[in-house]
Amino acid sequence: MIVLEAILIAIMVVAAAATSVFKDLVSAVVACAAVSLLASVLFYMLDAPDVAMAEAAIGAGLSTAIFVLAIRKTERYER
Amino acid sequence: MRRAAAILLLAVLATGLALALEAVPFGRAKTDVANHYIRKGVEETGATNLVTSVVVCYRGLDTLGEVTILFIASLGVGVLLFGRPRHGGRGREEASAIVATGARVLFPLILLFGIYVFLHGHLTPGGGFQGGAVLASAFLLLYLARPAQTVSRATLGAAEALGGLVFVGVGVLGLIAAGYFLNNFLPKGQPNLLLSAGVIPVIYVAIGVKVGSELVRIIGDLVETE
Repeated sequence: MIVLEAILIAIMVVAAAATSVFKDLVSAVVACAAVSLLASVLFYMLDAPDVAMAEAAIGAGLSTAIFVLAIRKTERYER
Repeated sequence: MRRAAAILLLAVLATGLALALEAVPFGRAKTDVANHYIRKGVEETGATNLVTSVVVCYRGLDTLGEVTILFIASLGVGVLLFGRPRHGGRGREEASAIVATGARVLFPLILLFGIYVFLHGHLTPGGGFQGGAVLASAFLLLYLARPAQTVSRATLGAAEALGGLVFVGVGVLGLIAAGYFLNNFLPKGQPNLLLSAGVIPVIYVAIGVKVGSELVRIIGDLVETE
C-alpha cells in the first residue's frame, strides 16, 4: 500500500512540476487536473471519501473545464 | 539572480513547513474535540456520517461562509463577463455522435447520482458540495455534447436564491425554536434512516441546489458568451 502511495505521490510531483514548465497552457491545465485526480485517489486511500469526492468532481472535473474555457477566451501560449 | 532568490525562498518555505508539520502528532493522539465528535457525534446530531455532522452541525456557520464564498466567485465571473454578447454556442463545431449519444444516456444518470449524494449526505460519504458539483458536471457534459444548448439564467438564479433562503431560513428557525443560529430543532429520529438527523438533510439539499446552480452558472457564463 505504501509503495502505491509513494508512486502516486511521485507522479503528482512530476505533474505539478510539469504544470509550471509547460508553455502550452492547455497542457498545463491537463497536468494540473492529473494532480487533482491523483490527490483524490490518495484521499480515498487515506479513508477520506468525502474529500476524495469533492476533489474529483471540483478539482479534476469542473475547475479543469473552467480553466480551458478561460484559455479559449484569452491566449493559449505563455509568452 | 531572481531565479536563485526564488529557489532560496522555496527552500526556506519547505524547511519551515516540514519542521512545523513534524511537530503535529498526525494519527497518534486525538484531541479532546476529535474524541468528542467520534464518541458523541451520532448521539448528538443523528447523522451517521461524522464528516457531515461536523460540516452542518458543529461547524454550520463556517459552511454558510463557504457557500457565500462560492456565491461571490460566481458573482465575480458574472460581473467579468457582463455585457459581452451571448452567442449561445452558435457557430461552434457539433459534437461527435459518440459524445452526443453518450451524453444523452449519462445526463439523467449523473443528475440522479448528484441528487443521491446530497440527499444521503448524513448517511454515506458526500454531501451538499459534492452533490452540487456532480450536478454541475452533468450540465458541463450537456454543454460539451450540444454546443447550442443554453440553460435559463432566471431558473438558475431562482434555484440559487431558494437554496440560500432555505439554508438561512432553517438557521433562523433554529435560533427561534432551539436557542441558537443553525441549531437542530427537528427530531433526530433513528440514525441510519433517510428521514433522520433533523435539519441536516434539509440544509444539505439546499446547499446541493445552491452549489449546483452556482457552478452551472459559472460554466454557462463562460460557454455562452463571446
